Amino acid sequence: MGFERFGKVSYVSETKVKDFVNYLEQGKIMGTQCRICKKIYFPPQMDCNNCYSKDSMVWREIVNEWTLITYTTAHFAPTGFEDDIPYILAIAESPEGIRLFARLSKDVSEDQLKPGMKLKLVPVRLPNDKISYEFKPIGG
Amino acid sequence: MSKEVAIVGVGQTAFTRACGVTIKELCFEAFKEALEDCNLEPKDIDESIICSAPEYDKQRSPAGAINEYLGLNPKPTFYAESICSSSTTGIRVAYGLIKSGLSSVVAVIGFQKMSELSSREVQERMGRGSDIMWESPFGLFMPAGYALFARNHMKTYGTTEEQLAKVKVKSSKYAFLNPKAIYQREVTLEDVLNSRVIASPLKMYDCCANADGASCVIVASAEKAKKITDTPIWIAGIGSASDALSIAKKTNLTGLTCTVEAARQAYAMAKVEPKDIDVAEVHDCFTIAEIMAYENLGFCKPGEGGKLIEEGQTYIDGKIPVNIDGGLLGKGHPIGATGGSQVRTIVQQLRGEAGKLQVKGAEIGLVHNVGGVGLYANVLILRR
Ligand SMILES: [Zn+2]
Repeated sequence: MGFERFGKVSYVSETKVKDFVNYLEQGKIMGTQCRICKKIYFPPQMDCNNCYSKDSMVWREIVNEWTLITYTTAHFAPTGFEDDIPYILAIAESPEGIRLFARLSKDVSEDQLKPGMKLKLVPVRLPNDKISYEFKPIGG
Repeated sequence: MSKEVAIVGVGQTAFTRACGVTIKELCFEAFKEALEDCNLEPKDIDESIICSAPEYDKQRSPAGAINEYLGLNPKPTFYAESICSSSTTGIRVAYGLIKSGLSSVVAVIGFQKMSELSSREVQERMGRGSDIMWESPFGLFMPAGYALFARNHMKTYGTTEEQLAKVKVKSSKYAFLNPKAIYQREVTLEDVLNSRVIASPLKMYDCCANADGASCVIVASAEKAKKITDTPIWIAGIGSASDALSIAKKTNLTGLTCTVEAARQAYAMAKVEPKDIDVAEVHDCFTIAEIMAYENLGFCKPGEGGKLIEEGQTYIDGKIPVNIDGGLLGKGHPIGATGGSQVRTIVQQLRGEAGKLQVKGAEIGLVHNVGGVGLYANVLILRR
C-alpha cells in the first residue's frame, strides 16, 4: 500500500518504489540509480534491467531540467478524467537522457507551447489526499 | 524463395458497429467462408489459434468456446494475443507449428466484438492501455499516444494536417468499394479537417472506428497446400518485433522502431526490397500511423511519408498501392480480426481476385500489423 496516492486515477498500490510518494510529499523528485552499473532510472525502479545485480539500487534526486519534445491536447478522456478536459499531455527530455511523460500545468495553453522550450517538474497536490507531478514552463 | 508454408484459405465477416450476434457466431461465419474458399472441411483442420484482445471479451478463455462451436474438438486450440496485431501473431505461431511438423493445416481465427461492452466499459479500458503505474494516472489513451507521434513528426519533418487528412480521403475512397467495410461514404479533405479534435493534432476522421468482426486465415504446409489449391499464397517472409510499452520509453518518436525491425527481418527472409512490393496493407489505426508506416517499411525515406500521399503514390495506380481495401480507417478496426483481414486482402490481390480494387499484376504483397502504440509489430511478405 502507499502508491495508490500517486495520480488522479491509480491502478497500482503495492510496489518496491512506494517511497517515491513520500519523497514527492517532501517536494523531492527522486529517481533510482544502480550502484554497480550506474544506470539511472526515472520513473524509479528497484530492479536493474541492465546488469541484474542484487540489491544494487539507491534513491537519488534527478536533474530537474526538461526540454519539451512533443505534446497533445486531449479533448476526450478515459474514465475518471472527464472533468479535466481539455488537458495537455507531453513528453520532455532531461540532460541525463531521461524521457518522461506527464501532464502540463493547467495554467498553460497549447498556443504558448513550443517544442524545445524549457520545463521543470513540480509536485502537485490533488483532491482526496492524492499527489502527482506535472511539467511547468521555467519562469512561467 | 522459400515455399514451405502457404495461406490456402481466407474469410472475414463484414466489419460493423454492432454485429448483433455472439463471438462464436461471428467466428463461425469467418471460418466457414475460409473453409469454402479452399474447399476444406472442419475435419481437415489440425489445430486452431484464436486471437483477440481479451479486455473486450466477456467470455473467459474464448478459444475453448469458439473451438467447441466450430465443432473442432478434440483438435488442439489456444489463444494468441498482442492487442491489435493478435491475428498476425497467430499466423506467426501457425508458421512455427507447421514448420516444426506438429501440424499441417492450422486455422487462425481473429475476432473482436467491441459492442460486447458498454461505451462506459470501453472508456475505462482505454485508460489502461499505457503503463498503468506511471502513464495511465495522467489520462493517457491511444489517440493521444499517436497524437504525440504526429506532433513530433510534423515538427521534425514539416508534415501537415492536410497530408494526414489525405490518408483518410484515400481510405474512404476504397472503403466505399469494399462491401465488408464499416464506412460506405467517401469523405473530403474538408470533412476530415473540420471533424472534431480528439487529441490535437488528430481529429475524429484521423482515427479508425471500433468495430465488430471476425477473420480467418488457413495456413498449410507446402505438401498440403499443393493438394488443397492451385493458387497457394506463400509466406515468403515473416518478421516480428517489440518496443517499450511506455510512451516516453519508445526508441524513437518520429516512427515505430518495432516496424523497422520487423520489416528488416521479413525483407531479409523473403530476399526482397521495399521497391519489389506491388501492394501493401499497413496498420493505419490513425492517419499518422500510415504515414510513418510508409517510411518505416522503406516505401520512402524518413520524413517523406507526407509527400508520398500528397503525390498520390499510394493510390491503386501509384508507385506503391497501400490499403486498397479501405484500411483500418475505412474498414473499421475489430482489434483481434484486423491482421487476418489485412492478410485476406493481400491474398485476394495476389490471386487476382480483388475485383474493382485489383492492383494489376500484383505478385508480391506486404502486410504490416501493429499492436498498441508501436508496441508490437508483425510484417509478412506474401508471394504468388
Ligand atoms: Zn545495474
